[in-house]
Amino acid sequence: MILGLITVGSVLVISLYLVISGIPAIKEIGLINFLFGKEWASTADEPKYGILPFILTSVYGTCAAIVIGVPIGFFTAVYLSKIAGKKIRNIVETAVNLLAGIPSVVYGLVGMLVLVKGIRLVFNVPDGASFLAAVIVLTVMILPNIIKVSVTALDAVQKEYEDASLALGATPVETFFKISVPAAKSGIAAAVVLGVGRAIGEAMAVMMVAGNAANMPSLFESVRFLTTAVASEMAYSSPGSLQRKALFSIALVLFIFIMMINAVLNFVLKEKKGK
Amino acid sequence: MKKTICLSVIAVLVALTIGLTLAGCGKNSETVSTDGSTSMSQVIGALGEAFEAEKGITVTYNATGSGAGIQAVQEGRCEIGLASRSLKEEEIESGLKETVIAYDGIAVIVNPENPINDLDLETIAKIYTGEITNWKEVGGNDSAIVIIGRESGSGTRDGFESITGTEDKCKYRQELTSTGDVITAVAGNPNAIGYASLASVKDSVKALSVGGIAPSEETIKDGSYKVQRPFVFVTKKDTPISESAQEFFDYSTSEAAREIISSAGVVPAN
Repeated sequence: MILGLITVGSVLVISLYLVISGIPAIKEIGLINFLFGKEWASTADEPKYGILPFILTSVYGTCAAIVIGVPIGFFTAVYLSKIAGKKIRNIVETAVNLLAGIPSVVYGLVGMLVLVKGIRLVFNVPDGASFLAAVIVLTVMILPNIIKVSVTALDAVQKEYEDASLALGATPVETFFKISVPAAKSGIAAAVVLGVGRAIGEAMAVMMVAGNAANMPSLFESVRFLTTAVASEMAYSSPGSLQRKALFSIALVLFIFIMMINAVLNFVLKEKKGK
Repeated sequence: MKKTICLSVIAVLVALTIGLTLAGCGKNSETVSTDGSTSMSQVIGALGEAFEAEKGITVTYNATGSGAGIQAVQEGRCEIGLASRSLKEEEIESGLKETVIAYDGIAVIVNPENPINDLDLETIAKIYTGEITNWKEVGGNDSAIVIIGRESGSGTRDGFESITGTEDKCKYRQELTSTGDVITAVAGNPNAIGYASLASVKDSVKALSVGGIAPSEETIKDGSYKVQRPFVFVTKKDTPISESAQEFFDYSTSEAAREIISSAGVVPAN
């Protein structure tokens, strides 16, 4: 019971702290100016605190990673769960688990040394540290989540459904996509939502490959995410300054985003139980 | 029952915390207060730690900025002010004294593949403000210049921008959060230019000479290498500082402190 209280207590303290320390700056800057301002120059003589570039970058980046990552993860999961032999499944699952365990700073480092350079050479742009690099890193990072949760959901589909379909003359592929996948629908949806959560909250890896200039998102442009905006300036901002307060406000915005994603996840899982 | 255990655990923890805090206060009654430049946090941190280990006197450091530090000395709110620039004439006239303890040399670095070896301060400023965007304009290859710097608030960025006069005007392509990241990024891109504190520059990048003078401990000390600034202790000319503050002052300017200052990435002045 005490241990449970510690968890609940931490959540409450963090939420309260974020709200309390995030609101003053929003009040001072003005909600509209803060959320929709296009310019961020926190240490200039006339500081500007507009976080629209960060919000858009985070939203676009997450969406792009999902758009690329979900098909790859989904088809991998169907293959692993339904088609692959035991040996192949074991090998691939080990690889996926390993991928899930790699610390994000390692993703960042490899991205910085290989991916950033690769993008510069392949696309012939002056610098590879860009939105594209961040999206690729995020895609690889969310794959294990999507694959693992989807595989579990697909494995849980009752064998009778599939047998019935096959007995009625459907081909295996028809069976998998028309019977198994719809039956595992909510599990797969949960996998996608988990992927979104991971992508939007990632800071370290993204900070190392995205360039971190406060630009509006564009494929080969250097961009800054909500997470990296907080992480990169926190260390040097002086306590009590508007800059520090504004960073807390950014964290609050991010927190609200993640709460929304959690709410969606809860809704999806409840739907599953209701059926 | 469970509640009682829980409560007693909390009570013991609270008692311990209060006890420790009180004990901590009683032990270190002697402190030296410093206030000022955020760029000097590493130097003051290293010096303060070594000084405390040796003499048992705590050095407090309030990171407010050079201007605020100088003001704090004037108003007697701290014993030693810290500034990462020389005092202005009117500040000296108002009865303050500066003692340089170290020089912060900032190397301008490019990829070793880049044929450029030398730029002057004005050209560097033009590159960073986006007036010059291609290496061929300064005699290099025909490729776009990729400007790499540090995040806002960083002492190195603040130093570089104030020396080159490009405050808030730099058109950064990448803003990285550590010296190591800047060096890695410049080492990985033949079009990049960046800056880093001289002590941490490695062979993977090339440090440019500025106006014909290569950065080194000597050229920084004699002032011929331009991308540098002094780290100074600011005190009042006619009011003596407390005994413990004087001890810290002497310690920081002594031979023994040289190594500690170098380890913080700057060139010791004494």
